[in-house]
Amino acid sequence: MTTIKSLEDLKKAREEALKKREVKAASGMAQVIVGMGTCGIAAGARDTMKAILDTIEKDSLNGIIVTQTGCIGLCEKEPIVQVVIGNEPKVTYGKVDPEIAKRILDEHVVHGKPLADHVIQM
Amino acid sequence: MRELSLHLLDLAENSVAANASRVKIKVIEESKTDLLQMSVEDNGKGMDAEMVTRVEDPFVTSRTTRKVGLGIPLLKEAAEACNGFLKIESQVGIGTTVFVQFQRSNIDRMPLGDLADTFFQLLITNPTIHWLFYYRINDQEFDFDDDPVKKELEGISLTDPAILNYLRLTIETGIQSLQTSDIG
Repeated sequence: MTTIKSLEDLKKAREEALKKREVKAASGMAQVIVGMGTCGIAAGARDTMKAILDTIEKDSLNGIIVTQTGCIGLCEKEPIVQVVIGNEPKVTYGKVDPEIAKRILDEHVVHGKPLADHVIQM
Repeated sequence: MRELSLHLLDLAENSVAANASRVKIKVIEESKTDLLQMSVEDNGKGMDAEMVTRVEDPFVTSRTTRKVGLGIPLLKEAAEACNGFLKIESQVGIGTTVFVQFQRSNIDRMPLGDLADTFFQLLITNPTIHWLFYYRINDQEFDFDDDPVKKELEGISLTDPAILNYLRLTIETGIQSLQTSDIG
């Protein structure tokens, strides 16, 4: 039969999340967007997305919203990752492999310094 | 794309782009019939009969940023190379179902790949969609409906580290338990 972890575990996780949310709220939300069109997926966007979600989970990063978008017309630059922090303008990165994705989270999203070497000028 | 689970991700992204609010993904593997079947069923905007025929053609897409769509033709070709087929049923305003079948033991059949990752990422990155995931190998099944989870969360983000951990483990262990019990 199906193994589904109990909703009790989820309740605990939710309470934990609520506590941490209060701490984070002041520093503003960060949004990370991964291109998940056919071109993105074929170029390895699932591994890039996996690295992002794994890093958030393992490093307990709060206040980050991760979403996907379709093809934005730059297929040759996929996998593409975009970062929006608070009211700052959107930064677009190209050819983001799992290693670069981890650096984007650490250096840009957490420490506020965009990576110079992988930015695409839009 | 080298994994069927990547094609599923691609098909589901089509459903997202078609403004679906409910998407059901089914994967069935059966030794008895030697079949591997997958389907993605959505309640998105749907397509008329003409678009359905055209969508299987490598040079059609609804996208405007680029003129060539390749996801469905590639999958169709892969299925046909494995004594299988791809079928699309769609109605404007009702939704679309893409069904694809492979001979499971065919030497040319792509591996399923990381199905857990495909399910997990769709769930996390499209929080407004109601996701239903079903995976069966012979008589073992994994059936996941995200509705109870989302009700329990009451607005807490799915990308919270503790929630990510819970959802990842739920999906990974569910799928692995089927795959390890299938030694055939």
